[in-house]
Amino acid sequence: MTEDATITTQHIVDQLGSAFPQAGIEPVAAKDPMVRVKPEHLVEVATYLRDQAGLDYLSHVTGIDYSDRIEVLYYLYSMKRHLGPLALRVSLSRENPQVPSLVSLWSGADWQEREVYDLLGVVFTAHPNLKRILLWDGFPGYPLRKDFQGEPEPPFRHSY
Amino acid sequence: MLKTDTIVVNMGPQHPSTHGVFRMVVTLDGERVVNVDPVVGYLHRGVEKLAERGTYLQFMPLTDRNDYICAMNNNLGYAVAVEKLAGIAVPERAEYIRVIMAELGRIVNHLILVGFLLNDLGAFFTPVLYCLREREKILDLFEMASGSRMTCNYMRFGGVAADLPEEFLPRARKLVASFPAFIDELEALLSTNEILVARTRGVGVLPADAAINGSITGPMLRASGVRYDIRRVEPYSIYDRFDFQVPALEHGDSYDRYMLRILEMRQSVRILEQALAQIPAGEIQTRLPKAFRPAPGEAYARTESPKGELGYYVVSDGSGNPYRIKIRPPSFINISILSQMSVGWKVADLITILGSIDIILGEVDR
Repeated sequence: MTEDATITTQHIVDQLGSAFPQAGIEPVAAKDPMVRVKPEHLVEVATYLRDQAGLDYLSHVTGIDYSDRIEVLYYLYSMKRHLGPLALRVSLSRENPQVPSLVSLWSGADWQEREVYDLLGVVFTAHPNLKRILLWDGFPGYPLRKDFQGEPEPPFRHSY
Repeated sequence: MLKTDTIVVNMGPQHPSTHGVFRMVVTLDGERVVNVDPVVGYLHRGVEKLAERGTYLQFMPLTDRNDYICAMNNNLGYAVAVEKLAGIAVPERAEYIRVIMAELGRIVNHLILVGFLLNDLGAFFTPVLYCLREREKILDLFEMASGSRMTCNYMRFGGVAADLPEEFLPRARKLVASFPAFIDELEALLSTNEILVARTRGVGVLPADAAINGSITGPMLRASGVRYDIRRVEPYSIYDRFDFQVPALEHGDSYDRYMLRILEMRQSVRILEQALAQIPAGEIQTRLPKAFRPAPGEAYARTESPKGELGYYVVSDGSGNPYRIKIRPPSFINISILSQMSVGWKVADLITILGSIDIILGEVDR
């Protein structure tokens, strides 16, 4: 790593846009530095962040169903330089959510991507072992989707 | 010519060394492990889905049931995340109470780990009883404060549920004062014990770069030589005020993972001594509206739970129910590196490695 110690995630965000003009880099207003990336450019942007910007630690992969789209979030930190977080997010269609897998970059993404696939139905292309992890094979539907219907009636009704 | 075959052994889901319902499909060549395929999900309760059905506060008792060994640390992680989302300040006294509870929880967790690791090594229930004896004293303190020994449900957004009873602080001080002597005793019995050293030294080595690449956090990471503790790197609550060290060891083997827990208990005692001496009088909770509705937004907050990075990603749509809560569980991610660590070792070493990782199935499966 050649950058000096004073570099911040904000610098990295600023550099990202010029380094990847095609990737649709777009800062998102949030409590942590966060950028939106086009799914097809995710791997190259993540490779850059890991190797050039030093964000060597993928903290977690999260999927969220926003009713009109599904988003996948990646929280990155630097363990060596105590930087971060910088979050990447990709927007996917609910009908056919597909995003390239990051297992080739971080082995820690393996089970987390499987969990997002299991609970939200996001397909991580090129994942070496994409199968359900918490639920059993053959479970109907994806429970963390907002329109999931498999839920049984609540055992009792409450007033709040 | 002698023909040899590998055999597949199903360890678990019901097996005393798996610490819960956890299955390992182990391919063996004689005694040697060729492949491990961990199977999880037997304890999946859909906690994240349940969170969406209730109010924000109704999720607090569910966090107890994720890592049920140290419920206080789970409570704290969730409270910190919601406070970040809604911008709630916490009174001084409540912050001290939180730190005291979180560090007591860390000691409980490490006691359980050390005890049951020795159990897995074949020292059947003698070391673990010494550890459980000390743990009982801490659980008594939890019960005094929260009314419950394990599922504490003690933290609230902007504070804690109830003030400490009068006799809590004297008893906690007495316990903390006597604790270093107990760790010394434990170490005298274990740390140089020939069998423990022979069974753990050099077993299941996890190199530092593999740990970082595998998103490993907590004591496992620090035993591999990466000095990364969220209490120091990104201090939450009032951890920036205390004088403590972040221990790290270099070998990354099972012995270092055991040893690191011992060192961390000593540091927790240091934090507790300072917190118990400095705790001020005052309010224990910020008043919030009865119908708690955070403004729309998202927040991720992470804390150093005894097992590693425990984070909560909370999404609010402005209503009284969380739109989405994602738990970043340390042991679910730490266990994912098991097969990488244990290939090439003997079956008995696989048990050692699993025991030294420190998993809790309530948190792995959620």
